[in-house]
Amino acid sequence: MASETEITAGIEDGVRRRDFINIAAVSFAGVGAAAVVLPLVNQMNPSADVLALSSTEIDISSIQPGQAIKTSWRKQPIFVRNLVAKEIAEAKAVPLSDLRDPQTLDERTKPGKENWLITLGVCTHLGCVPLGAGEGENRGPFGGYFCPCHGSAYDTAARIRQGPAPRNLEVPPYEFTSDTVVTIG
Amino acid sequence: MSFPWAKNYEPQVPLMKWLDEKLPLPRLVYNAIGAGYPVPRNLNYFWNFGVLAGVALVIQIITGIVLAMHYAANADIAFNSVEHIMRDVNAGWFIRYAHMNGASMFFIVVYLHIFRGLYYGSYKAPREMVWLLGVVIFLLMMATGFMGYVLPWGQMSFWGAQVITGFFSAIPVVGDPIRIWLLGGFAPDDATLNRFFSLHYLLPFVIAGVIILHIWALHIPGSSNPTGIEVKDEQDTVPFHPYYTAKDGFGVGVFLLVFVALTFFSPNMLGHADNYIPANSLSTPAHIVPEWYFLPFYAILKAFTFNFLWIDAKLWGVIAMFSSIAVLFFLPWLDSSPVKSSSYRPLNRIFFWILVLDVLLLGWCGMSPAEQPWVILSQLGAIYYFAHFLIILPIISRIERPLPMPNSITEAVLAKHADAPSAATA
Repeated sequence: MASETEITAGIEDGVRRRDFINIAAVSFAGVGAAAVVLPLVNQMNPSADVLALSSTEIDISSIQPGQAIKTSWRKQPIFVRNLVAKEIAEAKAVPLSDLRDPQTLDERTKPGKENWLITLGVCTHLGCVPLGAGEGENRGPFGGYFCPCHGSAYDTAARIRQGPAPRNLEVPPYEFTSDTVVTIG
Repeated sequence: MSFPWAKNYEPQVPLMKWLDEKLPLPRLVYNAIGAGYPVPRNLNYFWNFGVLAGVALVIQIITGIVLAMHYAANADIAFNSVEHIMRDVNAGWFIRYAHMNGASMFFIVVYLHIFRGLYYGSYKAPREMVWLLGVVIFLLMMATGFMGYVLPWGQMSFWGAQVITGFFSAIPVVGDPIRIWLLGGFAPDDATLNRFFSLHYLLPFVIAGVIILHIWALHIPGSSNPTGIEVKDEQDTVPFHPYYTAKDGFGVGVFLLVFVALTFFSPNMLGHADNYIPANSLSTPAHIVPEWYFLPFYAILKAFTFNFLWIDAKLWGVIAMFSSIAVLFFLPWLDSSPVKSSSYRPLNRIFFWILVLDVLLLGWCGMSPAEQPWVILSQLGAIYYFAHFLIILPIISRIERPLPMPNSITEAVLAKHADAPSAATA
């Protein structure tokens, strides 16, 4: 028969050997569970084939001043626009303090190529494709792009000017590989 | 569970006795919808809608399982596989239309079920848990309905997926990575379609599970009733079977009449023509609208057109839309009136109907373009919606003087029929 002292041995400081075993076992199981959850969460991220679409080449030689084209990168629309001098002047005339997401045209284009405005064609509100890249489409009150779904209007530098969208149309990472070819991504 | 006078299950034949000892499933059914569950004797037809929602879910699960046998969750062929179901599969058109319109029927009966709960104070103690589980079911239904709508991969499907997942990009800092994680890409594509299909198949069974909890939580205090007075003695109740199985059976008949009328005569009435255009990721439909049952919430989302305080309009819209449902979780504590039924709450009755009109107005705004006067109307409608729950309801539950209440359910029933000529004397 176990004596009183044996049963309560080591309890004076409130810690039993059993407590250590409990914590160690639960922690070990917890680490195991986390290790299983990780791949289950990670499988939801874009797969390799989706990421592989991350670079696109565009030939811009046939885009006339004032014209815009729609192409796609990462399955998302890209607007490439050849701005005319008037549109560039309009974009530059806007004081930064008027803008919700202050950015100059220079910050949104490459040096010496400020007539080439290349942006994602994804409204920063809820992801619709704004109008304005196609021939005769409504460009909205600021002459850039217009999203009729929820009423967001962008100016000639594709900056948000009116409506619920919080940010300017995003400029994707791109480079001019030659005077007529742009590589996006 | 339930009341002391509930009948006990007594198996008659040897087989049932044997089964009762091994797996008392018949006993469970008897106690759930048989004479083992006494129910207030005065339930009106608004108490049919819980059963009708269950019927609607069963129809959705059966038609859905069949459709999944023919549907292909691949962005290249999903649209065509739906057309294949419509044209080539035997009776495929019928099963798909039944599934499509079954979703609408499900939401119609659930909305009526919710408004029944609001009018008769079914959310009040001792049934708060029933209400909370009900709101969980509603959220699961919304998720399931949305993901199901994406599967045909038409224009509305695709852009619905784009816009709804866009909500998550409103979350500060981590929003965009979360959205990409949810979509499995940078825009809705194969990965999105496949996971939506998988979840669309799974969630109805989760809903069925929560419904079991919903009914379990209901059967502890027992069903509410139109007077809002709790059951006092045996006189106030009747056994569920045959009384309410018969009444519900009639309701199911009417429900099916409406359902087949919609399915056979106007199957596309509640859909959108744009969803018969294959998904195109480079062109948004001029006017994106969700299914009719999301329109009031969509209007609340669209009501925020300007930045306010330090939060931008997009995040406000998303917060407001989610809050418009989350506020329902707090309803049992926002309404502190001791009286449940609005039949005895003259002030609450008026504001209940104003809320119904407000939700209908928001629905109208939700399907209208983002132009005036719809923008201002949805803003006023959204303000009123929140004011109803957060300001009006707490105030009226304090200042209102309820009408005199009957002493018992039986007294209320007898008083109602006192001046009617009785069949015995005629």
